Amino acid sequence: MNQTFSTLTRGMKDGLPICLGYFSVSFAFGMEAVEAGLPVWTALLISMTNLTSAGQFAGLTLIASGGGFLELVVTTLVINIRYTLMSFSLSQKFSPAVSRPVRALLSFCNTDEIFAVAMGQKEKVTASYFLGLSITPYLGWALGTLFGAVASGLLPLSVQSALGIAIYGMFLAIFIPPARQFRPILFVVVFAALCGALLSLVPFLSSGWRIILCAVAASLFGALRFPIKEETV
Amino acid sequence: MNFPYVLTCIALMAVVTYLLRMLPLVLVKGQIQNSFVRSFLYYVPYAVLSAMTFPAVFSSTSSPVSAAAGFAAAVVLSFFRRGLLTVALSAAAVVYLTEWIMHLF
Repeated sequence: MNQTFSTLTRGMKDGLPICLGYFSVSFAFGMEAVEAGLPVWTALLISMTNLTSAGQFAGLTLIASGGGFLELVVTTLVINIRYTLMSFSLSQKFSPAVSRPVRALLSFCNTDEIFAVAMGQKEKVTASYFLGLSITPYLGWALGTLFGAVASGLLPLSVQSALGIAIYGMFLAIFIPPARQFRPILFVVVFAALCGALLSLVPFLSSGWRIILCAVAASLFGALRFPIKEETV
Repeated sequence: MNFPYVLTCIALMAVVTYLLRMLPLVLVKGQIQNSFVRSFLYYVPYAVLSAMTFPAVFSSTSSPVSAAAGFAAAVVLSFFRRGLLTVALSAAAVVYLTEWIMHLF
């Protein structure tokens, strides 16, 4: 029990920076939702049931323009299909002791950042650690949306613009240190970045598809060129 | 506001997103032995984050110039292993300052 509690609090501590990063991003989401004509509580409901940045922003645009259900489902599917890849990866990182029903519950919080931090752990991830890691970002995401929706129009444009980069700063802070330490990761990261820059020139290719294509291509490149020895995984 | 429409939309988004996250995690429980698949999955998080960052980071603020300044700050701080929050907020601060300076000219 003590052990469980200490991994839970360790997870919560690791989740705190994600929480603050989420707060600023979801703040922007809340503002945009209200500006698009949605009531505050629906913005909050979207954040509390979806917990995904790019997917929510895209969904919001479609809802505001009265888009069709099929269009909404396909867009959400395309933008968020990367989670399938990440959940597959995470399935290998979870301790085998974590049962299927618990996995089903925890999977709700498998976001890009929570995933990245969980994968960065040296040991296998337990249910209590992942739960702790999820709690604070979830609250940050919900509260940020609420505050942003309520404060819509109060914040100067210059601050809104500056907050737009916060999420990318967080991404860079996650992958640059391991890329510095382990050369193959650097090559994979550069491969994915070049691929992203190149594919962004292709018209009609949504950012969701672009991310999937680049992530798969770069990971394949890494697996073929720099296979990982058993101990490191 | 057409509430049945909005609520249906929210439910659809939530269900699709959840299924994508839940299915692989619940269905794949054992350890994969194939070393190629393991290597592939090892690189996935870094590849996904990089693909999400580039080139989107350069259009994340109101000007590519301020975004590039914020990006440079984030790269330098990450290189010296600063924490997630320090990097994120410093990048935002640099963007704010850059845009403030740009407005002076």
